[in-house]
Amino acid sequence: MVAMPATRPRWRRRLRRYGPAWVGSAIVLAWILVALFAPLIAPYPPQAQDIVNRLTPPSADHWLGTDVLGRDVLSRLIFGARLSLLAGFSVVLLGAAIGVTVGIIAAWARGFVDEALMRFTDLVLCFPPIILALAIAAALGIGSTNTILAMLVVWWPKFARLARALALVQRSQEYVEAATVLGLKPVRILGRHILPNTLGPLAVLITLDLGNAILTFAGLSFLGLGVVPPTAEWGSMVAEGRELVEQWWVATFPGLAILTVVVGFNFLGDGLRDWLDPRTRGR
Amino acid sequence: MPRYIATRLLSAVAMALLASLVVFLISALVPGDPVLAQLGDIQASNPQTVLEWRAKWGLDLPLWERYGIFLKGLAHGDLGISIATRRPVLDDIVQYAPATVELATIAFLLAIGVGIPLGIAAAVWRDSWVDSLARAISLLGVSAPTFWLAFIMLAIFYGWLGWAPGPGRMDPIAFPPEGPTGLFLIDAALAGDWEAWWDAAAHLILPAVVLAAATIGLITRTTRAAMLDALGQDFVRVARAKGLRARVIVLRHALPNALVPVVTLGGLAYANLLAGAVMTETVFSWPGLGRYTFRSAAALDFPAIMGITLVVSATYLLVNLLVDLSYGLLDPRVRR
Repeated sequence: MVAMPATRPRWRRRLRRYGPAWVGSAIVLAWILVALFAPLIAPYPPQAQDIVNRLTPPSADHWLGTDVLGRDVLSRLIFGARLSLLAGFSVVLLGAAIGVTVGIIAAWARGFVDEALMRFTDLVLCFPPIILALAIAAALGIGSTNTILAMLVVWWPKFARLARALALVQRSQEYVEAATVLGLKPVRILGRHILPNTLGPLAVLITLDLGNAILTFAGLSFLGLGVVPPTAEWGSMVAEGRELVEQWWVATFPGLAILTVVVGFNFLGDGLRDWLDPRTRGR
Repeated sequence: MPRYIATRLLSAVAMALLASLVVFLISALVPGDPVLAQLGDIQASNPQTVLEWRAKWGLDLPLWERYGIFLKGLAHGDLGISIATRRPVLDDIVQYAPATVELATIAFLLAIGVGIPLGIAAAVWRDSWVDSLARAISLLGVSAPTFWLAFIMLAIFYGWLGWAPGPGRMDPIAFPPEGPTGLFLIDAALAGDWEAWWDAAAHLILPAVVLAAATIGLITRTTRAAMLDALGQDFVRVARAKGLRARVIVLRHALPNALVPVVTLGGLAYANLLAGAVMTETVFSWPGLGRYTFRSAAALDFPAIMGITLVVSATYLLVNLLVDLSYGLLDPRVRR
């Protein structure tokens, strides 16, 4: 047997490398289950008011206390997971779909089409995203669909850039040349050959971005744009409790919920990147 | 080089103009109606009032004519009149900008002052407790919602411990320092009013920490990754072999080579801090551009929204230009 180099035990290295990714998946999975089975888990209906017991601190009856209208904070938090996750996934997945389409077409067409599409992408990128989203969301009117639409407008460009860069690399590969020589149609080459080869890095960006999208959506809701009031949503729950320093539980718990989801997606995204890219392994 | 700068400036101006057109089109084409937002239900139900109001603000003119008026004003340094405050938008921006610039600058200094050393330390002592600490700080900074962090900081340090002053730029009963810049720290120092200086500085700490949190996370991560790259290069091995001291290798050899990505991020981060102040300013009742943006958006005050977007995206473009130019200073290979 060759002597092993003096290094930390293997399980510790594996834990360091894959631990966060597992923790991230566990957190994300837990929140997805909470969102799916909200009506079964939540102890009270999220809109049920109990004015007599308003602003009661955490207790056996209300584990996370009650808010200004006597609504159970835990129940609203559980139902709030639905909207946050839904908003996060729809903004990022739709944004990625739009961006990847634009980017791949630009990379394939090159020339004028490429130039026009990428200058347009740059144009959207030169706006501070939160301000543009804020303006559009305000103009469209309060509501989660409108806020998601507003976020989509500012969300796709980064995917367009990444997809274009990845597709340009793939384009010059021999297998694409072979496919072209075989007489395959561009749509087929793009969809069946180039796209699958760019999925890895895209998946990393998508995962890391889910946390961002959830943060931005919660932020817009906090400013009063995301949802119409009685709806349970984490950002607006923090807004409802932000004057209540004595009744800290009203704003603290929804914020912690956002924090844990975003940490989960960040862990998962980092883990995915390490797994896909051997160069960053162990960093 | 001058030619390069001129081309870049021109394209930045063109981008800013295009940006203004985009905002204009969004404001004109979306369903939100500033008449309803401004007049209220009772007045808006009277068609005569609505017509007069639309005529007064030029909302009855065709689109291209409205954009023409906007551009003409722009050439004279006029961004139009805010519908909500009834004041020239430029005056509003000039009034609110210093509070945001002061806050964002302090937050930026804090972010690079903490993020770069922390990132270096994490790379040098990789896999040690310093690295874990840096990882935790950057993860929390990037993941915590700004508005919630603001609430927590206020609840703990103002409400509970009483160490920090409450929201606002200064004590409500204190007189803000008079001065040419509108930056309270500078104005108070110029006037020699140290009591006001301490008051303003104390009010800055919490919002600056909150605003800086996400940027600290990003800068720490980027610095660490860039330093790890640099420390793995051959020239570092040569420096080690020559027997140079660790401090010299890290700071004189590796760090300059790691700075390019950090500066890129830093420039963007500063522009983002100016824009990201929306949440922080709302919670801390900070009378800056962020709060003004939010109020304008909520009131569908499009002249104001367009003005702000134009000013902020112009700042974005300018910062990007400066970042690109700084590569020449940092990296001799970029110079021609």
